[in-house]
Amino acid sequence: MSLSSRFWREKAHRNAYGLLVLGALVALLPVFLRTPYALSTMVLIGIDTLITVGLCLLMGYAGQISLGQAAFFGLGAYGSAILTTRFGWSPWPALIGAAAITAGVAYFIGIPVFRLSGHYLAMGTLAFGSIVHIALTEWKAYTGGPTGLPGIPRLHIAGVPLKSDLAYYYLVWAFALGGILIALNLVDSRFGRALRAIRDSQVAAESVGVDAGRYKLQALVISALYASVAGSLYAHYLIFVNPQISSLDASIRVLLMAAVGGLASIWGAPLGATVVTLLTLALREVVPLISGYGSGEHQIIAYGILLIVIMIFMPQGVTVAAARAWNRFGGWPALRGRLWRWRGGR
Amino acid sequence: MDGPILLEADHIRKEFGGIVALDDVSLRAQERQILALIGPNGAGKTTLLNIIAGTIAPTRGQVRFKGKRLAGRPPYERVRLGIARTFQQAHVFAQMTVLENVMMGCHIRGESRPLDAALRLRRARLEEEDILLDALRTLNLVGLGSRAEQLAGDLPFGQQRLVAIARALASDPTLILLDEPAAGLNRLEKNDLVDLIRRIREMGITIILVEHDMQLVMQLADWVVVLDHGRRLAQGTPAEIRRNRAVIAAYLGAEEA
Repeated sequence: MSLSSRFWREKAHRNAYGLLVLGALVALLPVFLRTPYALSTMVLIGIDTLITVGLCLLMGYAGQISLGQAAFFGLGAYGSAILTTRFGWSPWPALIGAAAITAGVAYFIGIPVFRLSGHYLAMGTLAFGSIVHIALTEWKAYTGGPTGLPGIPRLHIAGVPLKSDLAYYYLVWAFALGGILIALNLVDSRFGRALRAIRDSQVAAESVGVDAGRYKLQALVISALYASVAGSLYAHYLIFVNPQISSLDASIRVLLMAAVGGLASIWGAPLGATVVTLLTLALREVVPLISGYGSGEHQIIAYGILLIVIMIFMPQGVTVAAARAWNRFGGWPALRGRLWRWRGGR
Repeated sequence: MDGPILLEADHIRKEFGGIVALDDVSLRAQERQILALIGPNGAGKTTLLNIIAGTIAPTRGQVRFKGKRLAGRPPYERVRLGIARTFQQAHVFAQMTVLENVMMGCHIRGESRPLDAALRLRRARLEEEDILLDALRTLNLVGLGSRAEQLAGDLPFGQQRLVAIARALASDPTLILLDEPAAGLNRLEKNDLVDLIRRIREMGITIILVEHDMQLVMQLADWVVVLDHGRRLAQGTPAEIRRNRAVIAAYLGAEEA
């Protein structure tokens, strides 16, 4: 076997095993966690995974910070909601239509932003995020205003409406796993390599023929597509949307999920989404015990602290930090040795 | 030795604010030539290299490559025409493996787009295999085959330079611009570098070399252009330059005067 095909097969195998393990985990979890609360939490984690994978591509690989992922999510969610409730589209075409609109919007934001070097994308997307948030709140004729837009139809598959949380769970995670697979393919390609090259040294990337502006723009559009599809799934799952989903807080939450999972790690996305979601739920329980108030503002403070701690102590994310600790410990042989000694000692 | 002209820089002037970095500098590189650009610090050598590579635009003057005007073409287009380069600071892609660095050099030969990659189409896979084999071959040429899987940022600086040269070579250029490739190398590494540069020339590639090490320049160059304070002080064969009084004065400065 030639060196090159061995090289590719190894990579492909690693990814396939990873997907298989994650897929099995996803398939089996509802057997153990079958309360409606657990199930709906896991649906939302799947949606969060999808949007986080998109941000990982943009931030971890292209090195561009976006503070507007929730706005793309909001465009996807409201796009689906408005196209179905006000224009009578069916849900699947609406999902695709919303994604196309969101991608177009991302493209037009990216053009001026990527003319500039430096972290202008962070500022551009921040401003864009507030515009979307305000528009969704104020443009009442279409969006229903601050109280939100109810009555969104459910998704159908082969004419059968998806009614149960379990059905949505499997659907959303099929999208999440598909999104992970596509992202893994992208990262391992000529395109992904060019993105990483831009992150490491833009001047060197251009010296080998990479039109950095164009690649960053493509990465932004791809991340917006992920966010939009996640938003559409969200809208059709909750059958209700409100402008809060597109707020800056929501964007920072996505940032945190990506950072926890490890920016340059597609596999970290489901972990980041899970950790942050569980943390949010825990905060909701704990904070009122301490302060006696609701947790809205406290939540953002907790996110901020967590983000800072991760950036200082685990800049490559929890997954990478955990992998390093595991290697320091000695990996499987060390664990086997310990267990053996522990049992022997008894 | 008069071969066909590959690159011409005509009456180049470059001002940064009020400072004149280059003043009416011209040079011609012939095919398969090793042209050395020398001069004291601040003479404008790297500025000229950057203008040829397209990183900065000249205030006045023209650069022609294979008879084509290069004005207005960004660096990433000039690579496609056949102008590759290295940097003083190596600028390897630190978080990528050595092999991936060199594969980046093959970037312009690939055509696959994000969609091909996302769906792992056969076309994209075949292209990747081609690029991989090419990159390995180029990596062996600079003697770094055994480092392929290491992160480029983890290599010693001298080897990072070689990665950068391999990356530039992988784009299959007709002209390669080397910015102080020998700086910081020991004698042994410099000897290897001289061999490598000669082998690059044997591949039919023209080389423009900015270098401080006179011994290396005299050993390698077919033609030497001397810059001083942004002006062209002299040009000629290494033997002519060694005898040139103006050059000696510029290099030895006050001691001669």
